[in-house]
Amino acid sequence: MADLRSEFVGIKSPNPFWLASAPPTDKEYNVRRAFEAGWGGVVWKTLGIDPPVVNVNGPRYGAIYGADRRLLGLNNIELITDRPLALNLQEIKSVKRDYPDRAMVVSLMVPCEEEPWKFILPLVEETGADGVELNFGCPHGMSERGMGAAVGQVPEYIEMVTRWVKASTRMPVIVKLTPNIADIRKPAEAAQRGGADAVSLINTINSITSVDLDLFAPEPTIDGKGAHGGYCGPAVKPIALNMVAEIARDPGLSQIPISGIGGVTTWRDAAEFMALGAGNVQVCTAAMTYGFKIVEEMISGLSEYMDGKGMTSVDQLVRKAVPNVTDWNQLNLNYIAKAKINEDLCISCGRCFAACEDTSHQAIAMSEDRTFSVIDEECVACNLCVNVCPVENCITMEAMTPGTTDPRTGKVVEADYANWTTHPNNPAATAAE
Amino acid sequence: MSQKMFEPGITAGRLEASAYADQFSDLHPPLDPHEALVAADRCYFCHDAPCITACPTDIDIPLFIRQIATGTPDAAAKTILSQNIMGGMCARVCPTEQLCEQACVREAAEGKPVKIGELQRFATDHLQQQGKHPFERATPTGKRVAVVGAGPAGLSCAHRLAMMGHEVVVHDARPKPGGLNEYGIATYKTTNGFAQAEVDWLMQIGGITLQTGSALGADITLEGLKADYDAVFLGMGLGGVNALGADGEDKTGVLDAVDFIADLRQAGDVAQVPIGRDVVVIGGGMTAIDAAVQAKLLGALNVTLVYRRGRDRMNASVFEQDLAASKGVRIVNHAVPVAVHGNGAVREIEFEYVDADMKGTGQMLRLAADQVFKAIGQTLQGDALPALEGRKIKVDGTGRTSVDGIWAGGDCASGGDDLTVTAVAEGRDAAMDIHMTLVG
Repeated sequence: MADLRSEFVGIKSPNPFWLASAPPTDKEYNVRRAFEAGWGGVVWKTLGIDPPVVNVNGPRYGAIYGADRRLLGLNNIELITDRPLALNLQEIKSVKRDYPDRAMVVSLMVPCEEEPWKFILPLVEETGADGVELNFGCPHGMSERGMGAAVGQVPEYIEMVTRWVKASTRMPVIVKLTPNIADIRKPAEAAQRGGADAVSLINTINSITSVDLDLFAPEPTIDGKGAHGGYCGPAVKPIALNMVAEIARDPGLSQIPISGIGGVTTWRDAAEFMALGAGNVQVCTAAMTYGFKIVEEMISGLSEYMDGKGMTSVDQLVRKAVPNVTDWNQLNLNYIAKAKINEDLCISCGRCFAACEDTSHQAIAMSEDRTFSVIDEECVACNLCVNVCPVENCITMEAMTPGTTDPRTGKVVEADYANWTTHPNNPAATAAE
Repeated sequence: MSQKMFEPGITAGRLEASAYADQFSDLHPPLDPHEALVAADRCYFCHDAPCITACPTDIDIPLFIRQIATGTPDAAAKTILSQNIMGGMCARVCPTEQLCEQACVREAAEGKPVKIGELQRFATDHLQQQGKHPFERATPTGKRVAVVGAGPAGLSCAHRLAMMGHEVVVHDARPKPGGLNEYGIATYKTTNGFAQAEVDWLMQIGGITLQTGSALGADITLEGLKADYDAVFLGMGLGGVNALGADGEDKTGVLDAVDFIADLRQAGDVAQVPIGRDVVVIGGGMTAIDAAVQAKLLGALNVTLVYRRGRDRMNASVFEQDLAASKGVRIVNHAVPVAVHGNGAVREIEFEYVDADMKGTGQMLRLAADQVFKAIGQTLQGDALPALEGRKIKVDGTGRTSVDGIWAGGDCASGGDDLTVTAVAEGRDAAMDIHMTLVG
């Protein structure tokens, strides 16, 4: 079994699976259960300055579902911890004392002034916590009070606060980024300038999950009204992966460690985040959906995968895919693929046909007996048929061998790499060297 | 354990009084809303879906399932009923495992089709239990059509004609409408008086007059109908029962399975229906299964279904065969009855085993029998009918017979399987052709 021990900005944990700052990490009781279940670490739910905030007393969550009511996306309007600071600090200390091998990071959000930061950081240090995470991401409620995403959306504030924090603590500082911005690299750069040891991302995305069509109010609805919340869960994973990759492949940011967050549900999701540059991952929605036990699958799955790849430590996986993340204009336009339908696996549902015929390239033929086959003369290898097919690996994209002729264009497939920058249709093309 | 369990002869009350309700409860209890959503989620919404092709009434199954999945079961019901006005009954009695569910791509993928039949019932029940009738009658055309037989074919035809604005009079020989839905289907397939409730619901379209106790050949004649109406549709089914051709078949206790099934359906209290300790059913179709299973449910100790060919040749679906087996019915294949023994009443029935070519092998089988139910097929009855094809009224694809102005469909007409759903399709299609003929 692969060694999953992880070290992230000097913080050690038995595996790279941490629970994100959220309801599962709000109390000693929950965190002890998490550690018993096997989680490598937690980011304790965000602490603030007393008096504690108050939460709504109606629904805090809204959801969207896939088939069989699988929860795909969750949105919340919960705030930071609504428990007294002293109680949280006491519990953090107690848990850390009993689980010294686990990562204990404390999320913080205080007003955008230096004094409150100077006040709270020594108190956190005193608990024996391993580090702090600055919550610059919470997109609802706290942002209306000038905290959370209200800071995270202004790079100058991120830099300023990060600098204050670094000046007031010896603990590693992770800056948690909001995705509710145009370019994730700007806040990441600001955090780096401020001296952050790492960034974590993404926090939740501004969202309304659904509308009650009887009340005509957004969900979750509080007495007939609804406010936008923060969206998370499997549905946000693609957005998070891209943002992680954008930071990881930026030359100016490539050295800053990343804690990957956003829809991590299985070992595979975690491995994907790590391959795109995350040193570890933080999980919330999956635990809130299925309970803490899922970490067992994450541990066994990642171990098995790493064993299969001959990887002996998680560091060997981190950033493994970063070199292959590029810009569109660097993609090889001479690479030609065609869809191929495996008739033995095909169950003849015809969705590939409907998708291609109605919405794409009319490149799938359907026979009287419901045999579906690709018309190479029309297929542009768009992959839609693969995506809509309910049977895994039934339709595949097969690369054409250089030297053969693409029946769609009549042109011979070239072995050489050529991208848009040199394409004759590109008005700004530069001559190939 | 009832004291009458082992009692020989034919007697009622073989089971504890409390057992009957459970024995004759719904074979497939209705899906609750949660179960329906889970089942609906499995549909892939196939293109030009194979299940539609497999449905004799061409119900747009992926559409109605999607309508259930999106919380609009009444819209789903309308999708179903616009193609098949007896979608509620078909949801209960269709051999879905040979039709839509056999064609379901998830049968190919996982051997577990989407529960199309049960979902159809969920949708149609949802609508019909509110008493809603989603169709409206067109402006009256002034044309009058006579329908003979208030079974699935006749009622389907009548409803479609009424919807098109025609005036329809439906004649049926029996005291109640519904045909085989009312008299010919196992009790556990259509509980709580559903057949009558469905007829009542169907009649809400208006423009249909029902004349029960009105038999063709006795109370009405085809000549008379032809003279009095603009068109006639024959959907009276098959009134006769084939004979066994075995010695002693006239002995007491040798009965037609269809009569046993009908009596059971009409019995106010099934506990009062007498049944033999040893029952033998002869035949291999749905009627044979329905009779055998219900004999067992009534408390018959030994029920044997005997069919002259192999199981693969039985008209009853594998599901039905397995159902019978699960209820304790013994199925004997490759045997034909040769003699019914007994002094006045049947005591034993003797079979000869036959080979694949139906040739006698000389090997005999004797089974104790208090009752023998014959389920070896039904025959068309009546004189002065349009031309026949084989033993049924010859029709073309739209139900036209050899006589102008007379259409036919359902079991009495040639072509198609003798299924409720086929009868509904034929009645509907004939109605459309009648409509085109009358107003086109």
